Amino acid sequence: MTDFTLPSIDYRAISPMVILFGAACLGVLVEAVLPRRLRYPIQLGLSLVAVLAAFGMVISLAGTEVVTAGGAVAVDGPALFLQGALLVFGFVGLLLIADRRPEPGGAFVDQAAIPVGSQADLRQASAPSATEVFPLALFSLTGMALFLTANDLLTMFVALEVLSLPLYLMCALARRRRLLSQEAAVKYFLLGAYSSAFFLFGVVLAYGFAGSVSFNEINRAVDESTMHQGLLYASLALIAIGLLFKVAAAPFHVWAPDVYQGAPTPVTGFMAACTKIAAFGALLRVLYVAFQQLAWDWLPVLGTIAVLTMLVGAVLAVTQTDIKRLLAYSSIANAGFVLVGMLAIDQSGASTAMFYLAAYGFTVLAAFGAITLIRDQDGESTHLSRWAGLGKRSPLLAGLFTLLMLALAGIPLTSGFTAKFAVFSAALSAGEAWLVIAGVLSSLIIAFPYLRVVVMMWLSEPGEATATVVRPGVLTATALGVGALATVALGIVPGPVLDLAHNAAVFIP
Amino acid sequence: MSEFPYLTVLTVAPLVGAVVVALLPRSRPELAKRVALGWSLAVLALAVATWVAFDPGGERFQLRDSYPWIPHWGVNFTFAADGIALVMLGLIALLVPVVILASWHDAERPDAKRSVPAFFSLILALEFTMIGVFAAADVFLFYVFFEIMLVPMYFLIGSYGGARRQYAAVKFFLYALVGGLFMLAAVIGLWVVGGNTLDWQALTQAEIAIETQRWLFLGFFLAFAIKAPFFPFHTWLPDAGGAAPAGVAVLLVGVLDKVATFGILRYSLPLFPEASRWFAPVALALAVIGILYAALLAVGQNDLKRLVAYTSIAHFGFIGVGIFVFTTQAGTGAVLYMVNHGLATGLLFLVVGMLVARRGSALISDFGGAGKMVPLLAGVLLFAGMASLSLPGLAPFISEFLVLAGAFSANKPVAVLSTLGIILAAAYVLWMIQRTTHGTLNPTLTSVEGMKRDLSLREKVVVAPMIALIVLFGFYPKPLTDVINPAVEATLSHLEVTDSTSTEAQP
Repeated sequence: MTDFTLPSIDYRAISPMVILFGAACLGVLVEAVLPRRLRYPIQLGLSLVAVLAAFGMVISLAGTEVVTAGGAVAVDGPALFLQGALLVFGFVGLLLIADRRPEPGGAFVDQAAIPVGSQADLRQASAPSATEVFPLALFSLTGMALFLTANDLLTMFVALEVLSLPLYLMCALARRRRLLSQEAAVKYFLLGAYSSAFFLFGVVLAYGFAGSVSFNEINRAVDESTMHQGLLYASLALIAIGLLFKVAAAPFHVWAPDVYQGAPTPVTGFMAACTKIAAFGALLRVLYVAFQQLAWDWLPVLGTIAVLTMLVGAVLAVTQTDIKRLLAYSSIANAGFVLVGMLAIDQSGASTAMFYLAAYGFTVLAAFGAITLIRDQDGESTHLSRWAGLGKRSPLLAGLFTLLMLALAGIPLTSGFTAKFAVFSAALSAGEAWLVIAGVLSSLIIAFPYLRVVVMMWLSEPGEATATVVRPGVLTATALGVGALATVALGIVPGPVLDLAHNAAVFIP
Repeated sequence: MSEFPYLTVLTVAPLVGAVVVALLPRSRPELAKRVALGWSLAVLALAVATWVAFDPGGERFQLRDSYPWIPHWGVNFTFAADGIALVMLGLIALLVPVVILASWHDAERPDAKRSVPAFFSLILALEFTMIGVFAAADVFLFYVFFEIMLVPMYFLIGSYGGARRQYAAVKFFLYALVGGLFMLAAVIGLWVVGGNTLDWQALTQAEIAIETQRWLFLGFFLAFAIKAPFFPFHTWLPDAGGAAPAGVAVLLVGVLDKVATFGILRYSLPLFPEASRWFAPVALALAVIGILYAALLAVGQNDLKRLVAYTSIAHFGFIGVGIFVFTTQAGTGAVLYMVNHGLATGLLFLVVGMLVARRGSALISDFGGAGKMVPLLAGVLLFAGMASLSLPGLAPFISEFLVLAGAFSANKPVAVLSTLGIILAAAYVLWMIQRTTHGTLNPTLTSVEGMKRDLSLREKVVVAPMIALIVLFGFYPKPLTDVINPAVEATLSHLEVTDSTSTEAQP
């Protein structure tokens, strides 16, 4: 019998993921063992401490470049930068998820399995939220962290499932409008399952072509393999479909508006910020490491997808009347902008894409956090007509939301402007002027719905139907403060973060 | 680095003032007004000090301050002033206290629900952005100020304006944003071909390929054409000027629009000289069309504020002609025109605002023979009208003459067509004055309370400095032309055009 050598695992390098996973398992135990009234504070504390500890480990790992776990995990600059951003957004997202002030008892239902509208459901209407949300979020964060560091396609697939399945569940747990929430979860699950299947099929074809699922093996096989080139292109296309679905790029974006609208708002914010980081990080690694030599081939195709994404997101956002759907289409358009930056295919391409993700995440988390505070007697008031005259009733919140809208529109002195400048300059330096023109046009188009929100809040008279603004608890207030502060800070002094992203943007081959 | 950072302090002071006024309580409007007025007068004093510190015979760019900002992109907080920027800074510093005093009661009309401190805070914030635009010597910094100028102006029009203010504010913002985004693409392109820097001095040395230069020029020109506005991008100005409170409208046409022509002089011509020469015929055509078309539309207007807005479009056609004929005489005339237009049309808007506030309506048909009830106000209106149509002896005549004389030596058809604009100016001004303040008294006026009050002391203080300066610069424009002429010569030297009129302007 041949000797079996265990793969070496650099535990320090993977410690952030281990911490998150361990905390998630502990969270499940807490749910099983502890009495109900103790669960919420312990789960909240456990989750926040775990995320902070993981973030601390990421900081201490700065500068590491190691491939470990038998070649399955690669911890390098981009992985650490994006993991850091992911953990910050995870922290802020957990704050939003945990807040029980805006919606009495919490935004999540107590027992999700009870059929909607039944007697038991009416009885549980005011029961405090289930706290399973916390370990679910931690599992999802683990999957996202692994997704960023995956160095072969199978690990990436495992991570994809680990990050997605808890998200499907979290989308179904809304307390109010639970049918809409369950519908959103089913749509997300079905379409997500299809896209995972596409991804897996792509993995299979890549294995067929290269004889291995590892990225550097695939990269080598592009030159050396004797198999038909069609396998390679087909595998790239299918893998890209799986990943582009996750970032909601056109034409794989159709799930995003329904899911963003139906999911509980804190979960929507969590998804919008964190899933994007994870998926784009993975896409970056796949394109820049595994399929880098095919760059001339995939550049025009992805460029077309980027243009389509930006235009679809911008044009369809114009007619939206629900703020969550509007932000969903805005999220689609912003995914297009990140793609534009990525297509510069050099160090500046990766670094500007990472900077954009970091800047956008803060803004979108704060925006969804603000939406949780605007309520009427039916719960959250997301129809824009209910926002008329909010500026007069609650100038502070309206001012904050105006700042976020201006940031998304790309007005200077906000992070949205510096991020757009960064990705457009990277693309133009690489000679892709058509992407920049398309980006400018879609920025134009999408400025209109943002402006409409501002007009509604400030230039309209409050009516009977206008929603009221709930005073935020300390958790949501912290989340909003962090988001707004980062939006302004990254707009006025983006230098340090830009430099950090630039230095980090070197992939391990 | 200068000894005292004049430009940095001049830029930041209004912003600090804006924050201070914004924090004052809503229940004490009078305090807010006084603090705002005092602060703007302090900024005016600072501007005078800056003017004194500038040496007309010295180098082109003086008072330079530079602080590192985003080294990754080669972007710095760089402020510097040449003659053109200096006169515009002086104009801003003068207009803002006048506007604040003129808008003393505007924030409280027609209902008392709007916040007075917010109104004056927005005006000071607007002053911060306007000074920043003219003082910036880094293209990125210029772009930042160019875009954020929109935000306070949008809220001023949209929250404190008159009828259709929402529509006008949104239209203003979107038009300007469209131009701004195309300019962003051009700025990024400039960054790429200019060697990853956006410092103005460095970029003027860079050699840019002709094709690229033309595209970049068009990107900048689109933004400036929308802002100026040049025909056919002018439709936002009558709406914005008509809806905005009178003082805000003064700042809109008196300063905001000048940013565009300043941008052409400072950025388009020196950075893209070949493209400027290539595009000049089209630009001249648009300018001439603007002069004639806008003047004709002004003649037919029934709304006083919209009429003044259309006259502004016509005047900007003259400035455009002065810039794009590429002679020193016309260029000096164009910059002088920018200052004089700020004074003359500013005064016209203020007086119109006083009339509208009294009558409660801006429609000419609601007036008629008002001179019998408010003779002093009618007299000031006549003065402002005469200034607008460039009566000799008043400041705008000098600039108009310089522009036309300079244009005639370079491009006779353009000059002849532009001169027709003077005749149309006389038509719209005189007819407007005749219909509002002369002739038989409109019987409805006698029952309007406001029409019985002639100029108050506050209003006299508002118009006096404007009248004095218009008369002064009509006879003695030398302080202005002394600083403008070298800067214009330096600008045109980038274009390497043979100039038959490179003598100093004669009053």
